Amino acid sequence: MLRLAATAALACLAALPLAADSAGDGSQGAHDAVTTFELDNGMEIVVIEDHRAPAVVHMVWYRAGSADEPRGTSGVAHFLEHLLFKGTETLAPGEFSEVVAANGGRDNAFTSFDYTGYFQRVAADRLGLMMQMEADRMVNLQLDEADILTEREVIIEERNQRVENDPGALFREQRRAAQYLNHPYGTPIIGWRHEMETLDLEDALAFYELHYAPNNAILIVAGDADPDEVYKLAKEHYGPIPANPAVGPRDRVDEPVHLAERRLMMRDPRVAQPYVLRTYLAPERDPGAQEKAAALTLLAEVLGGGQTSVLTQKLQFEQQKAVYTSAFYSGTSLDDTSFGLVIVPAEGVSLEEGEALMDATVAQFIEDGVDPGQLERIKFQIRAQQIYARDNADRLARRYGAALTAGLTVEDVQAWPEILQAVTPEEIIEAARDVFDRRKAVTGYLMGPETEVTQ
Amino acid sequence: MTRFTLRIACLVTCLMGATMARAEIDIQKVESPGGLKAWLVEEPSIPFVSLELRFRGGASLDLPGKRGATNLMVGLLEEGAADMDARGFAEATEALAARFDYDASDDAVSISASFLTENRDEAVALLRASLVEPVFDAASLERVRAQVVSGIRSDLVDPDEIVGAAFDAMVFPNHPYGTPYEGTLESVASLTRADIVAAHQGVLARDRVYIAAAGDISAEELGALMDALLGDLPETGLPQPADIEVETAGGVTVVPFETPQSVAIFGHRGLERHHPDFFAAFVMNTIFGGGGFEARLMEEVREKRGLTYGVYSYLVPKDHAALYMGRVASANNRIAEAVEVIRDEWARMSEQGVTQEELDAAKTYLTGAYPLRFDGNGPIARILVGMQMDDLEPDYVTTRNAMVEAVTLEDIRRVASEVMRPDALHFVVVGQPDGLATSVSQ
Repeated sequence: MLRLAATAALACLAALPLAADSAGDGSQGAHDAVTTFELDNGMEIVVIEDHRAPAVVHMVWYRAGSADEPRGTSGVAHFLEHLLFKGTETLAPGEFSEVVAANGGRDNAFTSFDYTGYFQRVAADRLGLMMQMEADRMVNLQLDEADILTEREVIIEERNQRVENDPGALFREQRRAAQYLNHPYGTPIIGWRHEMETLDLEDALAFYELHYAPNNAILIVAGDADPDEVYKLAKEHYGPIPANPAVGPRDRVDEPVHLAERRLMMRDPRVAQPYVLRTYLAPERDPGAQEKAAALTLLAEVLGGGQTSVLTQKLQFEQQKAVYTSAFYSGTSLDDTSFGLVIVPAEGVSLEEGEALMDATVAQFIEDGVDPGQLERIKFQIRAQQIYARDNADRLARRYGAALTAGLTVEDVQAWPEILQAVTPEEIIEAARDVFDRRKAVTGYLMGPETEVTQ
Repeated sequence: MTRFTLRIACLVTCLMGATMARAEIDIQKVESPGGLKAWLVEEPSIPFVSLELRFRGGASLDLPGKRGATNLMVGLLEEGAADMDARGFAEATEALAARFDYDASDDAVSISASFLTENRDEAVALLRASLVEPVFDAASLERVRAQVVSGIRSDLVDPDEIVGAAFDAMVFPNHPYGTPYEGTLESVASLTRADIVAAHQGVLARDRVYIAAAGDISAEELGALMDALLGDLPETGLPQPADIEVETAGGVTVVPFETPQSVAIFGHRGLERHHPDFFAAFVMNTIFGGGGFEARLMEEVREKRGLTYGVYSYLVPKDHAALYMGRVASANNRIAEAVEVIRDEWARMSEQGVTQEELDAAKTYLTGAYPLRFDGNGPIARILVGMQMDDLEPDYVTTRNAMVEAVTLEDIRRVASEVMRPDALHFVVVGQPDGLATSVSQ
């Protein structure tokens, strides 16, 4: 029941500070009413039908996120996301959102490492208008220096709010930078402050012109929509935009072999509850090859996914050495992701002791193997999740968007629940042996101010 | 058992013409054989049910000296019940893939549950055990107490929590609303099992429960479910707290805290939910500081000046008090300017009201967005239980948009001059703000 914002991962940033569902690793499957198309210009279309309410969510996802930024311009993908709410050749600044609101809808956008997405939630009969406006700003953005300067102040305030005012967020940023020796996932989505302060019109437009094109975009419509009608409207609005031949494969730099464990010590007077965070470099879901990621997904559930998970049971319930423990892994990523462990030690338990207990518990788990009853419960919950997930078309849309921009296919998304079901206890243990390699790990201690000890 | 069949219809005026967006939603009033009442939307297409329970009073029913008892009690409901210990209860919940969420707040204890049709009876039996027969064993009490204490310690150095607590303490002196419902380090440390049992007996009673369900269940089934689930709870509990009039003096209170961005909460008295002007004030607030980019505060503070990532205002009609408040965060060297802009906008709204164009845009947004809220079993059940807590009738879903439409420019001008009181507007600022000091204006 403990609310521990300190260890929550920052999944993506939004243009407006609203709570957003995270695109997680949940499951969905054969029951989704999903139809796919592709336009001649290369734009992919995914339609997820749910006719219970006369509403749709209209989303355009670009296969371009912060990890696609040129070096030295960190934050430009997210900056551009904000700037897309400025004007186009036919829309005045702010008019996009005004039109959406005047039609009873809401809009927002989000940026992550692998994608930038824009969405509107509107009455179903407004779909064509949304497409008309979204297609317009895909290619007709109009920016001036004043827009740039004001909006740059906004994103710096956003960084203040999300990161600078939160020692846990600063700590996670440092952790990530230490995790990746070479890959851009080590750079924060929102950007390093000193680079954000120098972002200019040229940086934003360069990113826009290279990445914002139909052959680099995925249209997702979820809700009360007929697939053929969606295709017709998409052809009308997005079809005339030519593909951009400059869009190439997303060949990002690779990580070198990791040879040295990294350890971080950070103190901040705003920390009242110290904790240990450990992450390991870990493989992600790959198209047609999701088995390892599935085993890691279940490993995270078995170790730290709930009240009966191994870490919780051993450290919180039996030994009472922790107030909170967790294990986390998100396999939906274009390149190598990470597997994390957290322990918030109980009062009187040092971070060193907490870390040692966490390691001993994981080692004992690898020795003992997976409890079959626990695995059975987890798999039943994954099956049930397929039923619950049908209640929220927006969230399903987000899962498809996150997966497709991470290089997966619709088939991969639909195969995922069955791949999870097929994971064996032995595969989970093997995944644990592979992933828990300290040479690929970052261990961080987040602590409060040093207290003087008087003799 | 009565049954109302209602239809939400709303007119959405579009740039390209006018069309109708319709959401059909049938709200049934259900009464159980044992006399418990609920609202239901039957939606059989997905084989699960979302159930929402609210016990009015919540953490405000904490007894003197026992601040935090309700919150800790609620945290313990899933930590062992009937013949199950915490692990046994968790295993049983996982084995059914049921989702139970227990939460305490100022005005209610909230239970949100979702369970599959295929094992509904077992899930309800389990939920019942947690509500009616929680164990409150010593080990669980100490474990959850330590979690609560850890959370309180973190709140004490979190600018968002500090500012909220400072504002509440200012506007709600000598009232449960004035202190955090989690309690203090001292009060939580002193809570005993007897205090937790007393909170359970006093808060989870049948005379204050509100129930709504949406999903794959019939009215008859829901009736039987309610009796099985709640029939063994006590008939009545602790008395509700007294109402409190909010009185503020215009000015600023600075709470010094070393952090780069100052966080401010501002406000004064608001309007209660059943005030005849509530709708006019609600529409006015949408224009002033509601959720969108197009609201005045966002336009002036963020879009024009880049002073913040987000600035909002909201009407807060609590059960025993009414506030009109807002929030902004800006770097320490820019917060003073944000405060000044907000003050100016507060005065401008109070003196001039809104334009016809703003009013029309707000109405089309509000009326168009309303049916879109009913998007799933969980959201529908939450809306239905909230309507009951607000003492509304099921036909509200059909009359609500007409009430929005009925608000006139003159209504807003009058309400703005009454509700927006620049002389009473007080800012609590946490951080190291340049150019702001604690002051009370005359």
